[in-house]
Amino acid sequence: MKRVTILGLTVLVTAAVLVAAPLLGLETIDPRQVAGGAGAGPEARIFWSLRVPRVMLGFLAGAALSVGGLTFQALFRNALATPYTLGVSSGAALGATLAIRLGAAFSLLGIPAVSLAAFAGALLAVALVYGLARARRGCSANIMLLAGVAVNFSFASLILLVHYTSDAAASFNILRWLMGRLDTVGPDEALRLLPLVVVGGFVALALHRELNLMSVDEELAVSRGVDVDRYRVILFVTTSVMVGGVVAACGPIGFVGMMVPHVCRLLIGPDHRWLGPMSLLAGGAFLVACDVLARMLAAPAELPVGVLTALLGGPFFLWLLVGRRGAACDA
Amino acid sequence: MDANRTLTPVLDLRHLRLELGGRSILDDVSLAVREGEHLAIVGPNGAGKTCLLKCVNRILRGWRGMISVNGVSIAAYSQRELGRLVAYVPQVGGRPAPFTARETVLMARYPHLTPFSSPGLRDQRYAEDALALTGIGALADRIMDTLSGGERQKVFLAAALAQDARLLLLDEPATFLDPRHRDDFRRVLRTVNRRKGVTVIEVTHDLNCAVLDADRIFALKDGRAAFCGPPAQFMVREVLHRVFDRTFLTVNHPTTGQPVILPEVGGP
Repeated sequence: MKRVTILGLTVLVTAAVLVAAPLLGLETIDPRQVAGGAGAGPEARIFWSLRVPRVMLGFLAGAALSVGGLTFQALFRNALATPYTLGVSSGAALGATLAIRLGAAFSLLGIPAVSLAAFAGALLAVALVYGLARARRGCSANIMLLAGVAVNFSFASLILLVHYTSDAAASFNILRWLMGRLDTVGPDEALRLLPLVVVGGFVALALHRELNLMSVDEELAVSRGVDVDRYRVILFVTTSVMVGGVVAACGPIGFVGMMVPHVCRLLIGPDHRWLGPMSLLAGGAFLVACDVLARMLAAPAELPVGVLTALLGGPFFLWLLVGRRGAACDA
Repeated sequence: MDANRTLTPVLDLRHLRLELGGRSILDDVSLAVREGEHLAIVGPNGAGKTCLLKCVNRILRGWRGMISVNGVSIAAYSQRELGRLVAYVPQVGGRPAPFTARETVLMARYPHLTPFSSPGLRDQRYAEDALALTGIGALADRIMDTLSGGERQKVFLAAALAQDARLLLLDEPATFLDPRHRDDFRRVLRTVNRRKGVTVIEVTHDLNCAVLDADRIFALKDGRAAFCGPPAQFMVREVLHRVFDRTFLTVNHPTTGQPVILPEVGGP
């Protein structure tokens, strides 16, 4: 199939998912009931103030995680790289864990303390990794990767420590946060995330030629005229801030960031010019679809969406990998 | 303009020093290469040949001294500008690339593209010409990973040619190639050098090819220049011994009559 066709189909599927998702749930909503806006009755209120914002948040988060994973896989030429590889999620998790443990209940500009602390933790991790890599002159991809792994491990043990000292209620909340969730009331969270995802997504998509060259060989990319050091830092910072925003809003939802880019690569090939937009759309649509299922499967209870993403995506990815022999899945 | 060209070297290295991890790699190397020249850089392993090339296209930084291309210090160029002036064929290596040969060659047009634009018709023409010149047009739609080492190396040569730079750096491009691929490679280099006037700087261990192909030989040993001059002066027992710590014989080829370097019989 031609790449245009595949991308076109992705657009259609994404549009269908985005239209259908807010209508589905514990109660299926008739589209005619919500046409009049939020004031048209209880269904319309659920639709506009709960489900639409939730779908927006899910799409932004999925798109950001997917593009972030794609970028890091290219940047570090490592098929196992995820948007969390460089410590963003463990930084955010440490911040959130601390805030929950300390019972921080304030909010600033409408942003709850846990999200603020998580975002601050993500930025701290980014700064640490960048600083560590920078201290060893050159800031090479390998050093960054190792610094990220080290930061991940240290933060993970700190999280365990904080978790261990928490009481039962805080402990449950911490665990719940670590599973990732998309429940949101009103559009504020999605709107706060929007600029981060727009900037991060734009940078990653616009730099598709640089990502192509860097994903093959860094030295060769330099010889072709790519200012690798500069683009690596730009991509690292914009992607990390974007992913930090996602984790602060939704917790560390796993799997999307690693597998969706791989699935897209198997379908549309390695060229980031096509792979970028497809990953963005597919990541967003995938997370929204998973969230719909998470709301419906165990209704009236809700499954954590992070559990479902891996549960669904793993077998699908394996099917693609095994079913399509010879397809290149190297990052 | 023409007078200027002959006066200003394409590449001018002066007192180049490089240290990596506290070890001296290049020690006070000076070298000027004029436009249209074919220079072969030879020397033992670890002499600094590869590093010298990598300093010129700024893969390696932190050197001291001066490197100028077309009379301007390379520090004054953006990486993109430098990419329009200097192209590079790396050592044969395991670069797992999921792209096709054609995509790989087209991607080398990067320095000629304005930011955010995609390769256009003109870039595609450069890529097709390079594919044709290197004789790999038939392989153009194959994925790089499925090509043999020799074929892959030709793709990297085609990519460097599509980059359309006046200075071409090659790092042992033909070391692992069979005789046919190696001679194909040499033929393309000669065409590019003679007909298009592209300056060629080639690191090689194949002394006989170097002597036949190059206008000038530059030998490095332990990071220092050990010889610089025409091939005829390089084919001297004492010079070869000084560079390689090894005794060589030079004999005349039975059919061409050209001098050929042989290692002294008797093994190590």
